[in-house]
Amino acid sequence: MEKNELIAWENKCIQEESPECTSACPLHVDARLFLKELQRGDWDAAYKVLSKTMPLPGILGRICDHPCEEKCKRGPIGGPIAIGTLEKFCVEKFAGKKRVQPLPRKNHRIAIVGAGLAGVTAAWDLLKKGFIVSVFEPGDRLGGYLWDLPEQLLPRDVLTEELSILEILKADIHLGIRLDTTLFDQICGEYEAVIVDRDSLQGIDLSLPLDSDGLIAIDPATGTTVRDGVLAGGGTRFRGSFSPVMETLEGRKPALSVERMMQKVGLGFGRENEGPQPSRLYTNVEEIASVPRVFPADSARGYTEEETLREAGRCIQCECKECVKKCLFLERYKGYPKKYAREIFNNERILLGAAHQYNVFTNSCSTCGLCETICPNDFSMADMCLEARRELLNLKIMPPSFHEFALDDMAFSNGESFALFRHEPGKSESAWLYFPSCQLCGSAPGEVLSSYRHIRERLSGGVGIMLGCCGAPAFWAGRDDLFREALDGIRTSWEEVGKPRVIIACSTCRNIFQEHLPEIETVSLWNIILESGIPASAGKQCSATPTVSVVDPCASRHDPVGQKNIRRILQSLGMEIDELPLSGETPECCGYGGLMYNANPTLARDVVERRTTASDNDYLAYCAMCRDNFAFAGKRISHIIEHLFPTVEGADPAARGWISWSERRAGRVRVKETILRELGEKMDAQSEEYEKLNLTMSPEVRKRIDERRILEEDIRKVIYRAESTGKKMRSKESGNYLAYLQPANVTYWVEYVPEGDGFSVLNAYCHRMKIVGIKK
Amino acid sequence: MNFSQEATAWICASCGGSLELTKVFFSYMKGNFEVDLPACPACDLVLVPESLVSGRMAEAERILEDK
Ligand code: SF4
Ligand code: SF4
Ligand code: SF4
Ligand SMILES: [Zn+2]
Repeated sequence: MEKNELIAWENKCIQEESPECTSACPLHVDARLFLKELQRGDWDAAYKVLSKTMPLPGILGRICDHPCEEKCKRGPIGGPIAIGTLEKFCVEKFAGKKRVQPLPRKNHRIAIVGAGLAGVTAAWDLLKKGFIVSVFEPGDRLGGYLWDLPEQLLPRDVLTEELSILEILKADIHLGIRLDTTLFDQICGEYEAVIVDRDSLQGIDLSLPLDSDGLIAIDPATGTTVRDGVLAGGGTRFRGSFSPVMETLEGRKPALSVERMMQKVGLGFGRENEGPQPSRLYTNVEEIASVPRVFPADSARGYTEEETLREAGRCIQCECKECVKKCLFLERYKGYPKKYAREIFNNERILLGAAHQYNVFTNSCSTCGLCETICPNDFSMADMCLEARRELLNLKIMPPSFHEFALDDMAFSNGESFALFRHEPGKSESAWLYFPSCQLCGSAPGEVLSSYRHIRERLSGGVGIMLGCCGAPAFWAGRDDLFREALDGIRTSWEEVGKPRVIIACSTCRNIFQEHLPEIETVSLWNIILESGIPASAGKQCSATPTVSVVDPCASRHDPVGQKNIRRILQSLGMEIDELPLSGETPECCGYGGLMYNANPTLARDVVERRTTASDNDYLAYCAMCRDNFAFAGKRISHIIEHLFPTVEGADPAARGWISWSERRAGRVRVKETILRELGEKMDAQSEEYEKLNLTMSPEVRKRIDERRILEEDIRKVIYRAESTGKKMRSKESGNYLAYLQPANVTYWVEYVPEGDGFSVLNAYCHRMKIVGIKK
Repeated sequence: MNFSQEATAWICASCGGSLELTKVFFSYMKGNFEVDLPACPACDLVLVPESLVSGRMAEAERILEDK
């Protein structure tokens, strides 16, 4: 990932944007955090949040006109949070010492002329930053019209105490000055910069041009006047409406400009985000129940502690995380896509030898596309992770264990044991080509063969057959080389038979064809069946419950027509459908996609687990991996093909249970063999000696070795080698044998005992650490 | 971790000799790993117990995969 790509990704995820309240606040007070502290009952921490951004919090916290409330997301669902009243509670409650820690002293002398709210704000800000500040006020005290506010709103002793902080910060204060142009020129000559509070001038003329309201004209972004080194702000009440918080901003702007002048940096740069802004944060409030605003029982006294807790408790703590709420993978790593983009970027830049903690992360996304569908900005974690996988390969830090098993399985499917490409038996041309997908052949070989027979009867012009893998595992693994190879193989065969229309049974294969082989016209098997008539054999299954929940595969997300067709078939088979909460456009993955199960088996298991509990109904899948993965987790589930082409009449397909990787391979071989037999041909694959070994295994052992991704073929090789060389160990107690073999990257261990004319397998395990040698 | 129990529980079926705890060297990705394991040096056979594989070795593999 390049830096500019990182920025583009980061910009897409708006999770870190300010919520409405903060954006609407002219000072950008972190109201969300303030409310969070109140929710926790930590008044002091809440006060700290205010004082971090607010000048003179004791004053502003009482008199702020809270424009934030108008924008609060709580508004339509019970009324906006009473942020203003809560701030008042907080500053009244705060009993701690009002410590203001100024930054180290800077040798710049600044004058503030006029000490209304804008002027004292400017003084406060500059004193905090360490500047030497002198205040010149024509009146006989600081604060100007603040003294005119009702005592009940702003008690005089509070005002006196707050303003005294300026003295504590060592402001040099001159009251009762006789301000005229002479004195003003003198001040301008003595100080490096001067900020004029326009509210305190009361008709005094400083020989500066005025605007249409009769106030000194300024550049609204920076507060500069036409005179060098002279800035101004304040006086907004003379424009009609009085907003204390806007008046504060009027003092803060020129103060920031002065700081920049002293640092000799551009005054206007990047200041378009100051002041009230529209919020870019998306917050979904659809499922949030309305809670009415809490009004203080005694409105003169404001909130009690209990009322505060209740009112603050209504704050939604606005954030997006729409994708994180739906995707277990995103949730598991405790962040959100913007953060993950940075992690992936950093992960690629880690120095040699240090930990790349995001390797597993990058390879755990199922690339199901759910986040992109839900995200208000279409953030695609799938695209980001797939690109990052290519980069890990490029950097040569992709662990082989992440994808090897799946890539081996793909090589098996595109090798002599399964790959096949022929015209329909007895025909010499193909108007159609059936591509039933490697996984469906593995999971339901008998049904696939029946479906082939069925469509041959219904379609004319010849239905050729193409067995193989579409290359999806290579695509997911970032192995573009292997992916191209698979696609090229398909394209060449398809061209050879005269570019027929391809009938596809698997949603993932169909997506791969549509995106990467766009020249090939494809049609879904289910669509063909719907249009050419449901087979007579269909529906002869006794289903224990006639109601099913359809598990749409993630790959069907953008195929609403296909999804509807599946439901039409099921309805014509007499099934009732009870939809799952996440279906249609928003299904999750079963853990197979993106090779999640390969790189992060625990996560894949949890994903399936969570999905199995979404409904008690039997599930109905139309993706073989969905069926197999749910069945592995113990869920009652069947594949639609089992209902259309039942192999055993009256059986209950939802009770079929899980199947192993070895059985899947055997299923594929069976499909190929059967079709070849019909064509009068034979498999040309030579069978190896070890394949003839007779193995028995308990169901527990079978499941355990499958979870460890050990194939029966691996076990056969170990036993065959041990028996033919004698290299094995024997248990003194049981007489069991233990032997091992490292055929390639994995070392397989098998504990077994001879039984009849074969072997009983008692256990098997494997590791990737290579045994290099023994100390002699 | 001590594998002397495994060493006494198994014998080398190839030569009939007993297994002795011997240093065994492993490597994976950019890392190396060594453990004292039951082995028959004469027949060049080692015994890697399942407890080691699913415990410390799996952990080491995981760490090396993040290197
Ligand atoms: S609900 Fe809370 S976080 Fe959201 S806008 Fe309102 S005050 Fe801010
Ligand atoms: S698993 Fe699916 S929803 Fe989750 S990040 Fe990957 S593509 Fe998005
Ligand atoms: S849905 Fe996810 S990726 Fe999109 S903006 Fe929200 S948190 Fe970010
Ligand atoms: Zn020996």
